[in-house]
Amino acid sequence: MDPVLDIKQLTMDFGGLRALDHIDLDVKAGEIAALIGPNGAGKTTFFNCITGIYKPTQGDMFISPGGKNRIRINGLKPNQVTERGMARTFQNIRLFQNMTVLENVMMGRHCRMRAGIPGAVFRNKATREEEKRVVQESYEILEKIGLEQFVNEFAKNLPYGAQRRLEIARAMATEPFILLLDEPAAGMNNQETSELDQLVLKIREEEHISILLIEHDMKFVMSLSDRIFVMDYGKKIAQGTPQEIKSNPAVIRAYLGEDVDA
Amino acid sequence: MTALNEIKKSLLVSIWFMFLTFPIMVIKVNTVEQTISWRWNRLAAVGIGSFCLSFVWRYMLKRKETGAKKTALGNGGELSAVQRLLQNPRFFKPALLATAVFALIYPFYFSMYQVNIMTTALIYVILGLGLNIVVGLAGLLDLGYVAFYAVGAYSYALLHIHFGLGFWACLPIGAGLAMMFGIVLGFPVLRLRGDYLAIVTLGFGEIIRLILENWNAFSYGPSGIANIPRPGLFGMHLTIHQSLIYIYFIMVAIVVFTIFVVRRLQDSRIGRAWIALREDEVACQATGIDKTKTKLSAFALGATWAGMGGVVFAAKTTFINPASFTIWESVMILCIVVLGGMGSILGVILGALILMLLPEYMRAFSEYRMLLFAAALVVMMVFRPNGIISAVRRNYEFKGTNEKETA
Amino acid sequence: MDYFMELFLGGLTRGSIYALIALGYTMVYGIIELINFAHGEIYMIGAFTALITISVLTMLGLNKIAILLIAAVAAIIYSSAYGYTAEKVAYKPLRSAPRLSPLISAIGVSLFLQNYVLLAQTSDFLPFPNLIPQFKFLKAYGGIVQSSEIVIYVTTAIVLVILTFLIKFTKLGKAMRATAQDRDMAMLVGVNVDRVISFTFVVGSATAALGGVLIASHIGQINFYIGFIAGIKAFVAAVLGGIGSMPGAVLGSLVLGWTESFFTGYISSDYEDVFAFLFLVLILIFRPSGILGRTDTDKV
Repeated sequence: MDPVLDIKQLTMDFGGLRALDHIDLDVKAGEIAALIGPNGAGKTTFFNCITGIYKPTQGDMFISPGGKNRIRINGLKPNQVTERGMARTFQNIRLFQNMTVLENVMMGRHCRMRAGIPGAVFRNKATREEEKRVVQESYEILEKIGLEQFVNEFAKNLPYGAQRRLEIARAMATEPFILLLDEPAAGMNNQETSELDQLVLKIREEEHISILLIEHDMKFVMSLSDRIFVMDYGKKIAQGTPQEIKSNPAVIRAYLGEDVDA
Repeated sequence: MTALNEIKKSLLVSIWFMFLTFPIMVIKVNTVEQTISWRWNRLAAVGIGSFCLSFVWRYMLKRKETGAKKTALGNGGELSAVQRLLQNPRFFKPALLATAVFALIYPFYFSMYQVNIMTTALIYVILGLGLNIVVGLAGLLDLGYVAFYAVGAYSYALLHIHFGLGFWACLPIGAGLAMMFGIVLGFPVLRLRGDYLAIVTLGFGEIIRLILENWNAFSYGPSGIANIPRPGLFGMHLTIHQSLIYIYFIMVAIVVFTIFVVRRLQDSRIGRAWIALREDEVACQATGIDKTKTKLSAFALGATWAGMGGVVFAAKTTFINPASFTIWESVMILCIVVLGGMGSILGVILGALILMLLPEYMRAFSEYRMLLFAAALVVMMVFRPNGIISAVRRNYEFKGTNEKETA
Repeated sequence: MDYFMELFLGGLTRGSIYALIALGYTMVYGIIELINFAHGEIYMIGAFTALITISVLTMLGLNKIAILLIAAVAAIIYSSAYGYTAEKVAYKPLRSAPRLSPLISAIGVSLFLQNYVLLAQTSDFLPFPNLIPQFKFLKAYGGIVQSSEIVIYVTTAIVLVILTFLIKFTKLGKAMRATAQDRDMAMLVGVNVDRVISFTFVVGSATAALGGVLIASHIGQINFYIGFIAGIKAFVAAVLGGIGSMPGAVLGSLVLGWTESFFTGYISSDYEDVFAFLFLVLILIFRPSGILGRTDTDKV
């Protein structure tokens, strides 16, 4: 079985600056993988490259939904990447602020819907049914994530932790086989973090979605991940199980070095 | 103490504005006769006016700040009295009925002049609703909107001259041509960022107007095209009065049709995608929405309505020339949308009616019309960016898991 | 060759005036990312203030050069005051609003100032006296270039030098650059961002006013609408050079001035304005970052 996400030699230059330097990374089916590293190591740039927001300078990117049908995703637009089953969240929450919570999730269903302009105007049977189904499905996703009490609130009025979870709900609505989470626990308190921990596990167990996450909260990463990739200055400096990473001298140097610099 | 302070502040503002407006307001030079007239009374007016307005301004700024602090919870908390009233079916149904009756009997109780003005206002209603799709829903600031209006008007005029086509044939053709223009122009420009898009569409709008002005062989140049026929009714001969009433009813029908379509669109898959696009482009794409297609559909639909408006405009005035299609016409339609409330159908309709009818009925004030519109643009942006009537999102119906089990 | 020279110098004149206006666009955009739609109107206000001052002083019978200088100073003061006020009233309350709000507000200011001048003064074209003396040494060149054009070139060059100095070497200039880079950070390190932004508007407006006075005396007439077209063209120039970049604004202005001049001189003058707009559309579509601009990737 192919890894669901397979990145080979990914390189990204901004002008003269090499933000990513020949990164290899893979995520296996059903795996929770983490991408860690000091600030500015290039983790978010990595996400932006593989989701089509940036165009990488070099390298190959493949996805294999369900471990088969390997697809090369270089040059795909972000929406095409999402359509093919790789969804993401953002480090700085990017919700549709002036839409309701339910609508935010419904937006995720957009690429699985078909109704066009004629359908919208004539509201034929197929459109009406699709609409009804999507509302129902979206509500169920909210229930799974535990946001059903906010269903008709504007997204901007949600508490911080709930906004982060809503981003996950919206991503889940696109029916991904892999979910990329960019610092999902950032700014959360202990209580919220442990709830998030449960949620991520639940997504993996019940929905069979693989997860790749960027996170700074080491306790969270170590307890949750099957494998960890470590980046520093655009290079991958280590990969392995949490145990291996903990004792890896290069990793310790990268983190301690950062402390000394700071 | 604070009251004294406030007065001092306002006094300073007043002095500043008297200084600011002094040369242009007070001194009027007659360059031919080399005489100067000093209009001191204006200085006093500016002083008193700005003194009073500065209180209002500061009060409104303060109110806005405190308003921002207490974030209203949920969809329901932000509803204004008007909206709550409208959502109440006991009020809404009779109001709708009354409006319908009024619209039907209007031309028979009012003068021809007033019917004419109302028809113009209705044209601006559909222009506003069309631009509302582009600006209000999809968040694309289109400053060249009037170009599509021109496309509609000129297609009717030219198709009539060259092929003898009538109004009813030209209405869909004009709308279709405008839509095609929208797609062709939209395709290259829609990947630009918001403010650049505004400027490029402005550029396109002006290019089209300048071409109409200079390409005499095609568009008859600045002198325009006259004798465009009014719409016919089964070959019957209509007096001018009758045909004005007829056009009025055509416009009422188009407005109803437009409201119907826009209402359905904004609560559909595509309409939600427009709004999401307005809210956050990057997140929108990452959520699986095709940015280009979504933007293009909004742009093209907006253009379609402008084209339709253009055909009716040409038929109503029977004369068109490029001077009707300047950038300021686009700005005026933008005013309608901004003032009424971006994304809100009722708001845009009210906006169009207020902006078009008020100056007609308050003659004294019609000279200052553009000045006041301009001031309204700024004031609305600063104090009430959502417009008179802000858009409401719909609450959808669904079943919770528990209810479903029992059902 | 003479014809070519004439067009070249004419293009240089246009370009210099565009540059004086474009600098304001580019500075404001650099600092708050706002297309100050009303900038052209500030330039128009400058020209009107100058005309009014000149008329009053002429009747008092002052010396021509003194009149011109006083009028220029008055124009600068008033344009700056209008620019400053517009920023305070229409843009400052919208600093944290969505990006399109200040732009719409700016359109409002532009329309307001046009109609304000239209109502308070007149819609007619007013003659603007040329007070720039005829330089004797120009006679040798057979009138290929007028003295007013020489004054335009020299003034533009001086303004450029002063502005460059201001931005590169003064404390305020440093604060401006810091604010342009990262407003929040600048605020944190103690830059008075409000003051810096106000100052930027004042400087930009003053430069535009100078452009207004110079072009008005060169062309010889003004009306309330001159700001719009000049503003759009200067904006094209600023974008062409790379908006946010001051040398870019000057370069873009000269390129636009020359292209316009040669286009109307050798090809056709009917479509002069179409040409400028076409230029605008093409640049924005194909190279929105301009000649000297940096391509910035949206931060995600």
